[in-house]
Amino acid sequence: MVSTLTPSGVQTASNQARPRRRRRSPYPLWFFAIPGLLFIVLFAIPTFASFYFSLTRWTLSTTEFIGLDNFILFFKEPTLVSGFTHTFIYAFLTSAAKVVLGMLLGVLLTSKIIGRGYLRSVVFFPVLVSTIGVGLTFKILLDPFNGLVNKTLAAVGITGPGWLTDPSLALYSVIGVDVWKGIGIATLIYIAGMVAIPQEYYEAAKVDGSTGRQMFFNITLPLLRPATTTVILLSLIGGLRSFDLIWAMTKGGPGFTSDVIASVIYKQYQAGFYGLSTAGNVVLFVVVAAIVVPMSIYFNRQEAPR
Amino acid sequence: MLPVRIHRFARPLLAATAIATILAGCSVGSVGGGGDSGSAGATNITVLYGTGTANDTLFKALSDGFTAANPDIKLTLETQPTGTEGDNLTKTKLSTGEMADVFYYNSGSLFQALNPDTNLAPLTDQPWVDQLSAEMKTVVSTPNGTYGAPLGTTFAGGVLYNKKVYDKLGLKVPTSWAEFDANNKKILADGKVTPIEQTFGDTWTSQLFVLGDFANVAAQDPNWAADYTANKAKYSDQPALQAFKNQQQTHADGYYNKNFASAKFDDGVKAIATGTAAHYPMLTAVLSTVVQNYPENVDDVGFFPLPAQDAANTQMTLWLPNAIYIPKTTEGAKLDAAKKFVAWVNSTEGCAVQQKAGSVSGPYAISSCTLPDSVPAAVKDMQPYLDNKKVSPALEFLSPIKGPNLENITVEVGSGISSAEKGAKQYDEDVKKQAQQLGLEGW
Repeated sequence: MVSTLTPSGVQTASNQARPRRRRRSPYPLWFFAIPGLLFIVLFAIPTFASFYFSLTRWTLSTTEFIGLDNFILFFKEPTLVSGFTHTFIYAFLTSAAKVVLGMLLGVLLTSKIIGRGYLRSVVFFPVLVSTIGVGLTFKILLDPFNGLVNKTLAAVGITGPGWLTDPSLALYSVIGVDVWKGIGIATLIYIAGMVAIPQEYYEAAKVDGSTGRQMFFNITLPLLRPATTTVILLSLIGGLRSFDLIWAMTKGGPGFTSDVIASVIYKQYQAGFYGLSTAGNVVLFVVVAAIVVPMSIYFNRQEAPR
Repeated sequence: MLPVRIHRFARPLLAATAIATILAGCSVGSVGGGGDSGSAGATNITVLYGTGTANDTLFKALSDGFTAANPDIKLTLETQPTGTEGDNLTKTKLSTGEMADVFYYNSGSLFQALNPDTNLAPLTDQPWVDQLSAEMKTVVSTPNGTYGAPLGTTFAGGVLYNKKVYDKLGLKVPTSWAEFDANNKKILADGKVTPIEQTFGDTWTSQLFVLGDFANVAAQDPNWAADYTANKAKYSDQPALQAFKNQQQTHADGYYNKNFASAKFDDGVKAIATGTAAHYPMLTAVLSTVVQNYPENVDDVGFFPLPAQDAANTQMTLWLPNAIYIPKTTEGAKLDAAKKFVAWVNSTEGCAVQQKAGSVSGPYAISSCTLPDSVPAAVKDMQPYLDNKKVSPALEFLSPIKGPNLENITVEVGSGISSAEKGAKQYDEDVKKQAQQLGLEGW
């Protein structure tokens, strides 16, 4: 709930209501009262309520104000430090992999190859499948003894590891699946970015005798900056609050070795620690905002005005 | 929290039995009572239970049986979710006076949390109260009175073992940890079967080393549960720490099946029933799964409690059944009818219905219900411990505190990710949150 707070709804409403343009808005002012009210009731109030409840011991029927105790308890949570580490590893590795692989696939799928349309759909297909479905499928495929992956490896004489049961490997297996599932979106954004680059640049470069590699680094890559920004931001935000795939595949296990902040918070909700887990959500909100907002400002500033 | 969880252990298993009944033509869709409002003069009482296939079947059968015997009373069945949500609903309904005339709920600490003296109708003067076993009576009573009647059988937590494997290797049922360890060594040396089956693919199954050891802790320190609730006794100290140490050691000694990290509960049941594993630390509530899936192997599966270090301290940890209660808001003719129903459930007729619609995983907690002649061998193995009073209720019946992360911690200890000391300490921290949430004193 917390992370959905965006003041844009209210601003848009008031901007449009203001008779800045010569013609008055065709809608009367009260027309905007309804979305405004909805915004306040559905987003603003719950957000501020959650700030309050994070300061209480809450059993749904009774609350007891305990100040910052929940935050102290939350930060003392033994699994939290590892949860944070895992979250950052998860977010950075998935977004890095999506940038690199997405761009490579984008280049491949905009070049003139056979079956391009087919390959584009194949790459995009995993995006359409439900995350939980993907998680459960891979859980079966990656089973250390009966899974297809290790059986295939065994056929060529390799003993496959316990992808999801080896404590040092579980998190990375989930990251791999996340990249597989999310790569389609990244590729799509890159394809759109590449198609938008005017062919004249390439033609001019060719006339000047540049190689394919030079064209990629001097034309494609710089002009793909907006696409890269989008991919990084989207996958970073997605990675920081990732939960469903991890929950479907490992439930944070074995033990706590693939626990991320979101799954730590979820377990606290499950246990009925409502105040504590709300405090966790406030922390998650602040952390995500602290990483993404400056990043977004930085990238947008770097973007060359076109 | 835990009573629900543990009892939920049993639910999927009971569900298997229930499905068979449904397939046989008994429709759950009819739950909720008949369409007409009953003939004139009939008393109509409502009965509330936590939804689930096993419960649906059981309550439908109880309702049919009871109304056949008492045509002047009509029962309307109501359901609500189980788990934490059910806990909250139960408390809300009781405090707003909207509770059904009879309801089915956990015994032990969750029952105590209902504030029985103000919310429930005392049943102390009912004739069946004298027939309750001593353990059962404490978990449905306050110092002021008794409030509930058990529904279902007790079940124990300990070690399920394969009798054929024991016969073949000439092993004896161990009474101390050293004997247990010696048996495991022999089985390992023989090399044909797994000494101890573990199934961390379903994390809850990893807790039995700790939960099933509680009776041994209680034998060494009878006040442990009270001290624990008062923040004086800790899992990171002996005697409770031993459970974590034992789990760590069994992993280090290589007694587990090689797929312990990914195996599921069903794999465990299969292994212990068919004899590919010798031991499986588990609840006897799972016997219904054995009955369902491996009927020819039922009597190959035996039971013994988790052995303590010293044989003198080895006791059986017993889980008690849920109970049915009457809220204070039920009055007059409805109260009489409700009391009649509660008494009927554990009568000869009621017990017969329970046995037909449910399954037997241990002795009954009330003497008016007796076990049928043919019970699984493991249930028979429980009897001597009950007869010799070498038994303690599980910790969840003696203390309201159970940390939510125990199953993950025991997976870490049992997989060698974490040490026993570290795991026990982590669990003590985990428990603290629960105690504070409950507003207990001394935390």
